[in-house]
Amino acid sequence: MSGKKPKPVKVILTHVGVYLSLFLFLLPFLWMLLASFKTQVQILDTSKLFEITASFKNYVSVFNEYSFLTFIWNSFIVGVGATIFGLILGLPAAYAIAKYKQQGLGLLILVARIVPGISFLIPWFIIFSKLNLIDTYTSLILSHMLVTMPFIIWVMIPFFEGLPHELEESARVDGCSIPSAFVRVMLPISGPGIVTSSILAFIFSWNNFMFSLILAGDKTKTLPIAVFNFISYSDINWGGLMAASVIITAPVLILALFAQKYIIAGLTGGSVKG
Amino acid sequence: MSNWIDRNIKWVFTMPAVIFVGLMMVMPVGYTFWLSFHDWNMSNITPPLWVALQNYLDLFHDELFIKSLKLMFYFTIVAVAVETVLGVGLAVLMNQNIVGKGLVKTLFLLPMVATPVAVGLIWVLIYEPNIGIANVFLEKLGLPGQEWLTSQNLVMPSLIFIDVWEWTPMIALIVLAGLVSLPKDPYEAAMIDGANTWQSFSKITLPLLKPTLYSAVLLRMIDALKTFDIIYATTQGGPGTSSQTINIYGYVLGFQYFKIGQASALLMIFFIIVLSISIFTILLRNRAGVNL
Repeated sequence: MSGKKPKPVKVILTHVGVYLSLFLFLLPFLWMLLASFKTQVQILDTSKLFEITASFKNYVSVFNEYSFLTFIWNSFIVGVGATIFGLILGLPAAYAIAKYKQQGLGLLILVARIVPGISFLIPWFIIFSKLNLIDTYTSLILSHMLVTMPFIIWVMIPFFEGLPHELEESARVDGCSIPSAFVRVMLPISGPGIVTSSILAFIFSWNNFMFSLILAGDKTKTLPIAVFNFISYSDINWGGLMAASVIITAPVLILALFAQKYIIAGLTGGSVKG
Repeated sequence: MSNWIDRNIKWVFTMPAVIFVGLMMVMPVGYTFWLSFHDWNMSNITPPLWVALQNYLDLFHDELFIKSLKLMFYFTIVAVAVETVLGVGLAVLMNQNIVGKGLVKTLFLLPMVATPVAVGLIWVLIYEPNIGIANVFLEKLGLPGQEWLTSQNLVMPSLIFIDVWEWTPMIALIVLAGLVSLPKDPYEAAMIDGANTWQSFSKITLPLLKPTLYSAVLLRMIDALKTFDIIYATTQGGPGTSSQTINIYGYVLGFQYFKIGQASALLMIFFIIVLSISIFTILLRNRAGVNL
């Protein structure tokens, strides 16, 4: 590390170690991508591991035969809805927790991460059934908000703690109430934090499976549920399944690259500082 | 009005979020608790029937419940242990001067953000006995192919392997962040005293890293206990019940058999286990003088 120059052998071995591990961790994605361009025959014949008839046939069938556009739309609506409402509730909360050091409340929100989601699934199902909200965007967005809002709060608390508060004070001197100083002064300078926490929240809603499994129906099926359409029969359409998996994961992988700095913060949120 | 808002701003700003969590989480958990003392199959005609502790007593005579508990702990303990060891190793490697370190770190994020259901389905293909690369790889090595997800003995290790693939990078990245912030002085002192790499790792790095490791293991443990998506997407608890962890069993009892009372009792026990393990670990962390 510091001081002496490391030996060349050690440098080479370290690089081999890191890049080999990286390759192993990415291999399943490469495999999915390769398979999504293969025909069923190529997938079923293991002597043709790397033979690819580069074609988008699987992708076309995913959209035409399995109407994936509807499911993408559903996932998108739920994700965006849960993120927006998560921001509306989460941003002021995170701001007040950061500014007034309400650790107790921060902890309460942290519990939302610890409690197993399945322990409120039965009541949700009963209550949403009684309200006729099963298979509606409303129930899905409400349930996904329990995922998005805590992430937004955890990412935003340290972000708000780091902001300079002089601007807000001068707005207060000019006669602004605290809520309007928050909306007019603090939110605009929080752009980067809001963007990354929104991306993170959207990713977690997009990935959510358990809540949609119970609350979605034919009209509102989201992608992680819809993908099982490929294996509900005795035969698995492997090419289609892998193309569908690419379609589901590609957006979140791309978004994650943008929000990378905050991903770890979001995943570890609350607990590290708890 | 505006004055009142300003004076009570900390409640005005936090109450909507708190009420939401109360309505969507606290109240439903209370409802589950209430249901756990009743016998009900979700019908509209027969209302829930009070049975006191019967559901809980039944669970402790239910072999499947005991088995699901054991599977949950088996999965969590093995997966988290392997992930911690590999994660620390990987972090130490990545803490060197690596060409393209930023990109490497970013790419390591991908397994943990990818949609779990899609990840599960990718592994279904990888593990497929006839066409998956897992067996193709074994054959190249001259070893017999395995029934990864359909053999009762192998299914749990196979699922643990997926979890290790998915979450080792997270431990590695958290530990790496911890390593970067370690002070340099102790190492220089140790070098002067003639300590070798292993000694300075075990005597300096690991003790200093303790708080970071606690946090990483705690988080990973909480999530591993609750693993649902991957198991549902790959085996749905099978073959038979050999990978039916308590999470999956609760789902089956509640939403396939509609044994609402019993499922609720199971979920309350699950809830208490996860919560007490979390609280216990946090307390342990504080007692060890770890304060982040």
